[in-house]
Amino acid sequence: MNVTLTINGTAHTYDLEPRTLLVQLIREHAGLTGTNIGCDTSSCGACSVHLDGEAVKSCTLLAVQADGADVTTIEGMASADGTMHPVQQAFMDEHGLQCGFCTPGMVMAASSLLAENPSPTDEDVRIGLEGNLCRCTGYHNIVKAVLTASGADQ
Amino acid sequence: MAVFVATDVESAVQRLDDRPDSVVLAGGTDLMVEVNDGRLRPSPDADVVAVNRVAELRSWRHDSAAATVTIGAAVTYSEMLDEPLATLAPALAEAARTVGSPQIRNAGTLGGNLGTCSPAGDGLPVLAALDASVEIASVAGRRSVAVLDLMKGPKRTTLEPGDLIVSFTLPVVDGWQGYAKVGVRNAMVIAIASTCLVLDRQRQRVGLALGSVGPTVLRVPAAETKFAAALDWRTMTAERDAVQAFGDGAAQTAAPIDDHRSSAEYRRHAIGVLTRRLAARGLDTAGRAA
Ligand SMILES: Cc1cc2nc3c(=O)[nH]c(=O)nc-3n(C[C@H](O)[C@H](O)[C@H](O)COP(=O)(O)OP(=O)(O)OC[C@H]3O[C@@H](n4cnc5c(N)ncnc54)[C@H](O)[C@@H]3O)c2cc1C
Ligand code: FES
Ligand code: FES
Repeated sequence: MNVTLTINGTAHTYDLEPRTLLVQLIREHAGLTGTNIGCDTSSCGACSVHLDGEAVKSCTLLAVQADGADVTTIEGMASADGTMHPVQQAFMDEHGLQCGFCTPGMVMAASSLLAENPSPTDEDVRIGLEGNLCRCTGYHNIVKAVLTASGADQ
Repeated sequence: MAVFVATDVESAVQRLDDRPDSVVLAGGTDLMVEVNDGRLRPSPDADVVAVNRVAELRSWRHDSAAATVTIGAAVTYSEMLDEPLATLAPALAEAARTVGSPQIRNAGTLGGNLGTCSPAGDGLPVLAALDASVEIASVAGRRSVAVLDLMKGPKRTTLEPGDLIVSFTLPVVDGWQGYAKVGVRNAMVIAIASTCLVLDRQRQRVGLALGSVGPTVLRVPAAETKFAAALDWRTMTAERDAVQAFGDGAAQTAAPIDDHRSSAEYRRHAIGVLTRRLAARGLDTAGRAA
C-alpha cells in the first residue's frame, strides 16, 4: 500500500506492507531511529511523535492511518542550523536524562504539553508526562527540565 | 491482513460485509495493543477497516431544538475536552480527562471504548447514566439502540459482524452531571470503581451508572427513583439521610469481584463514597445556581 506523508517537513511516499506500524515506517523506512520502541503496547511512551501537531504513540497506529498527515519526530525538533529545541536544551542543562532511551519520547510529549500549556506547574508537567516512563532518572530532573524550558519559551 | 482506509460510512460497511472476519480500527489503543501483544491475530484474509478518516465519525453536532448532542464514534477524548463540546457534555469531558495519558487521549475514541466494552471503560458509565443512544450502520441500513442494551458483559456487546458504530446521541441536560473514579495510582489508571451521576432538573430524573463493579456498566434504578423522590427539584436540595441512602443503594447494587487491582469489598465501599461525593457536589453546584 502506498503511504504519503510529511516527516519533519519533507514529503515521502512509501510502498508498505499494510500492517506496517507508524513507528516501523519512521525507523525502518525513513531511517529515523531517534524514535524508540520500548514496549509496543502503548505503555511506555518511548515511541511518541507528533501527528498533525498532537503527541501520539506511534507503536499502536498503522502507517496507513497517517497517510496525508504531518509527522514530527525527535530529528525534526532542532533548527536547520543545529540549534536545539528549547526542550532539548533544557534536558541537557538540567540533566533530564541518563541512558537517554526515554528522552526522544519525553521531549515530544513535553513539547506538546508546552504548546498547549506554556506555563505549567510542577503538577501539570507530571500529569502531562504520565504516558512516558523513565527507568533511570526518577523523573525529578525531567520535570525540572520541562519547567526550565517553559521559562525559555516565554 | 489488508487494511482499508474508509472515507465514508457506506464504503466502510460494504467492506465489513465483503470480508466477514474484518475488524474496525479507530485509535488503536486497545486493538493494536492486542495485535502487537500477539493476543489477537487478524486472519490473513481479514481486513482491518480504519475509520479515523470517516468525516461523519470524526465530527459532532449540537441539535439545540432537540437538546441533544451527537458525537461521532471516532471523536477523540482530547476533542471531548475542547469547548464547546466540553460544556454540552460535561460528565463526558470529566471522564475523558481521566483516560490514559495525553497521547492516549489524542488517539482513543468513544467508539473504541464501546467496541472494547471493558467494565472499566471511562466513557461508558457516562453514556449509560445519560441514557445515550448509539447509531449503528451495516449494509442493511442504520439503526439506533440504547447504549445500555448494547453492553452485555466484559468485552461483549450485541454488535454483529458487519456493524459499524457511527455516533452517540446524548441529551444536553438542564441540571448537573459529573463523573468520578478511583484508581490504584495517579498516572494512567484503569478505574477500580467509577460513577457517573446525572441530575436532570427538567425531567426530574436521576441517572446513576457504575463502572468496574460488574460484568458491564450497571444502572441503579431503585436507588435513582428513591433519590429523585427525595430531592427538592426547585431548590436542588436533599436531606443528608437521602444522600446517605443513595450511596448505600448504589453500593448494594454493585456486583464487584476481587482481582489484582482491588478487592470486591473495597470496590463496593468506593461506590458508596463516590456516589455520595458526586451527589453532594451536584446538589451544591446546582443548588447555588437554582
Ligand atoms: C496506556 C493505556 C491507558 C489506557 N487508559 C484508559 C483509561 O484510563 N480509561 C479507559 O476507558 N480506557 C483506557 N485505555 C483503553 C483505550 O484507550 C480506550 O478503551 C479507548 O477508548 C479505545 O479507543 P480506540 O479508538 O483506540 O479503539 P481501537 O483500539 O481502535 O478499537 C477498540 C475496539 O473497538 C472496536 N471499534 C472501534 N471503533 C469502532 C466503531 N466505530 N464501530 C465498531 N467497532 C469499533 C475495534 O474493532 C476494537 O475491537 C487505555 C489504553 C492504553 C494503551
Ligand atoms: S513503544 Fe510505544 S508506548 Fe512503548
Ligand atoms: S533516561 Fe534512561 S529511561 Fe529515561
